Amino acid sequence: MKTDAVVVDDILKSFGGSKLRFGWRKPAEQRKPVVAVDHVSLRIHKNEIYGVLGANGSGKSTLIRLLSTLLVPDAGTVTIFGHDIVREERTVKRLLNRVSVEASFFKKLSPVENLMYATRLYGIPGVQARRDIRRVLEMLGIAPDRFDRPLEQMSRGMQQKVAIARAFLTAPVLLLLDEPTTGLDPRSKLDVQDFVLRLRNDHDATVLLTTHDMGEADALCDRIAILDRGRIVVEGTPSELRMQARTATQPDPSMEDAFMYFTGRSLEDAEQEEQEEKVAS
Amino acid sequence: MTIVNPPSVMTEVRASYAFVERNWNLTKRYWGWELAFFLYTIASSLSVIYIGKAQGTNQDALVLYLGIGTLVWAYLRAVFDSISEMISWERWEGTIEYTFMAPISRLTHMLGSALFSIVYGVLRTALLFAALALFVDLDLSRTNYWGALVVVLIGSLSFLGVGIMAAVLPLWFTERGAEMTFMISAILLLVSGVYYPISVLPGWMQPLARISPATYFLEGIRQTVIQGRSVLDLGPVLLPLLITGIILIPLGVWVFTQAEHWAKRTGRLKRNG
Repeated sequence: MKTDAVVVDDILKSFGGSKLRFGWRKPAEQRKPVVAVDHVSLRIHKNEIYGVLGANGSGKSTLIRLLSTLLVPDAGTVTIFGHDIVREERTVKRLLNRVSVEASFFKKLSPVENLMYATRLYGIPGVQARRDIRRVLEMLGIAPDRFDRPLEQMSRGMQQKVAIARAFLTAPVLLLLDEPTTGLDPRSKLDVQDFVLRLRNDHDATVLLTTHDMGEADALCDRIAILDRGRIVVEGTPSELRMQARTATQPDPSMEDAFMYFTGRSLEDAEQEEQEEKVAS
Repeated sequence: MTIVNPPSVMTEVRASYAFVERNWNLTKRYWGWELAFFLYTIASSLSVIYIGKAQGTNQDALVLYLGIGTLVWAYLRAVFDSISEMISWERWEGTIEYTFMAPISRLTHMLGSALFSIVYGVLRTALLFAALALFVDLDLSRTNYWGALVVVLIGSLSFLGVGIMAAVLPLWFTERGAEMTFMISAILLLVSGVYYPISVLPGWMQPLARISPATYFLEGIRQTVIQGRSVLDLGPVLLPLLITGIILIPLGVWVFTQAEHWAKRTGRLKRNG
């Protein structure tokens, strides 16, 4: 029987909205809360790469930020390896790390300086950290002459690799990847994807990957959930999803076709609609 | 499943040092700005001191009085800013989420930032003092240096408490918090007797002066440097500073933790800028 690494049970998260009315505020009917994650439940098995596929604004990043302990759920529970993310926050923090779409570093500092800071926060001794940082950066294909130069002088792809090194160096058993390849060049994208697979295969990590890159989800993930307007509309292996999306006119659907089939709209349309709803609220 | 580096005192010490090392690295990388601010502080301090020198009577005492005011304020401002701006600064750099995801206590976070600011503040003030001494003669013949050091240490604790309380504002107010901490700093400058005795303030400002730890800090430094008073005579100055520190540091950390939870409920714990 497979062990559950993450159990998300009926979780709800909304933002904004106010019961108070002040003269300068918009009328109450225009200030309804925006539901970002709407009663989502899912289970991620240990050592699995689980993908969450959705348009921008579908709730993917909110889900990741909830699991990262950066948000507190309005309702529902999340446990990570049996630890509740609210009641056992510090234990949970030690188990996970995250790579977000923005590399998020002190840009004036070098990769080594940024990574020393990150590893010390996780209690890793300086001598060990210094040795591991150089080894991991080399493993990610970063030239040694870049190690001590400010990060602002590096390309976005390189910065994202340093972000992956930051997560890897703290030895997380759960790695949360929030669109880690968005905006990267094809070569960097492949490097990152290869590293994610190595993390799972060689280091026994469990990975939650959010993306709106259908090909990436198809290639990397053991199972995929499609998230639309904060709700999971379907979950299964990539082949199961494609199989379920088969129609007479589309006998061999791609993941993009599967997304359209389950959400009733293309990724571009979904993103456009989410954006319009965001502006309206 | 094993937890790597489980929580211990050692991991908290290492984590605390992370903030010291990071801030030192940032100081080195922004050396141009550091130099610019240093030169600006020398210029503004000298401007104030020369106002004292221009007064005809008892100018040496006035110069020392104003010199202490400028140096102590430069120190207090450095400590206050580095604590109160740690949130807005991380928001701006975009690292706030990663720092708050780290498995460390908020006290460790605060103390690490505070440790750097105190050590750096003391060194910077010593350099400022040396620079000012090149331009004006300061009569230090009666100075009780150990007494002054005690005032600096105890006074720094009280100012840390104020800084931690102020650091809550950028957590609550994503956009305006940094502006609010700047205003607090301005009010402290006005009411704490940096360049004049608080007796010249209007009556309604006097209570503000009495609750400002900077008032007691400055008074303690002036009593030890100008009058050479011993620590044993400094009870009326040290006691308020000590009480302020003992109350405000734990209270500040508690308020900060509550504000952090609120920020996590409302989604405000994120980058800005």
